[in-house]
Amino acid sequence: MIHTEYYIFLGTGLFAIGVIGVLTRRNVLIILMSIELILNAVNINLVALSQYFKSVDGQVFAIFVITDAAAEAAVGLGLIIALFRNKETVNADEIDLLKW
Amino acid sequence: MLELATLIVLSVVALVSAVLVITRRNAVHSVIWLIVTLFAVGGIYLLQHAEFLFAVQIILYVGGITVLFLFVVMLVDIDVALKQAPFARQWPVALLTSVLLLAIVGFALYNHSKGLNLPPQPMINAPAENTQAVGLALYQNYMLPVEIASVLLLVAMVGAVIMAKRKLE
Repeated sequence: MIHTEYYIFLGTGLFAIGVIGVLTRRNVLIILMSIELILNAVNINLVALSQYFKSVDGQVFAIFVITDAAAEAAVGLGLIIALFRNKETVNADEIDLLKW
Repeated sequence: MLELATLIVLSVVALVSAVLVITRRNAVHSVIWLIVTLFAVGGIYLLQHAEFLFAVQIILYVGGITVLFLFVVMLVDIDVALKQAPFARQWPVALLTSVLLLAIVGFALYNHSKGLNLPPQPMINAPAENTQAVGLALYQNYMLPVEIASVLLLVAMVGAVIMAKRKLE
């Protein structure tokens, strides 16, 4: 029997790596990938606690999170294509249309 | 014992490839390492007897989302991004923040009396047929959320098509 705390710590580690990616990378595509890492970390926690409480509710929530991730990836990548067409860049520092 | 060894191997693979995702200069390499991470996370689901979620992870994440990522990475010009500095200036702050987060959660998990205090595990048996149990939960208790999720997917699909479409003059 593996302690649930171990899974939660693993989820936190993956979450932290994703946060570092979102905050430090300049390539918008890699920022989106880091968001996928963060969502996966959340899913690990949900599944671990679902297993701990012997209930499938956590796994159902994980399915909704995966649905959300798919929607987010589709819209995000559509945005990136639109941005690249207009500004010819995927660098987050150069996407400053709303700055003044 | 075997379970613990498998979990440790999967965790190390997931974390190391996640670090590689955010440190590679070339976005194509990042996608490849993202696939490795997603496979390892799927293995962790399997280890916790969430077989349905494992299948969803492989089919939807590895088979769908990463292919979408790879497609867009190939579509946009990566030669320019290769020449620029990959990290923003604020990376020490971000690293510090994340290490602090890890330290706080690690302390909370290590220190049972002050930190995470999980209630005692219920004495019921987990449903044997995972896929069946998830399906029943999805279509009985979570009927409305499933419908809302389908609307969300429809909106996302239409939105992605409209945003990626060439502007009509």
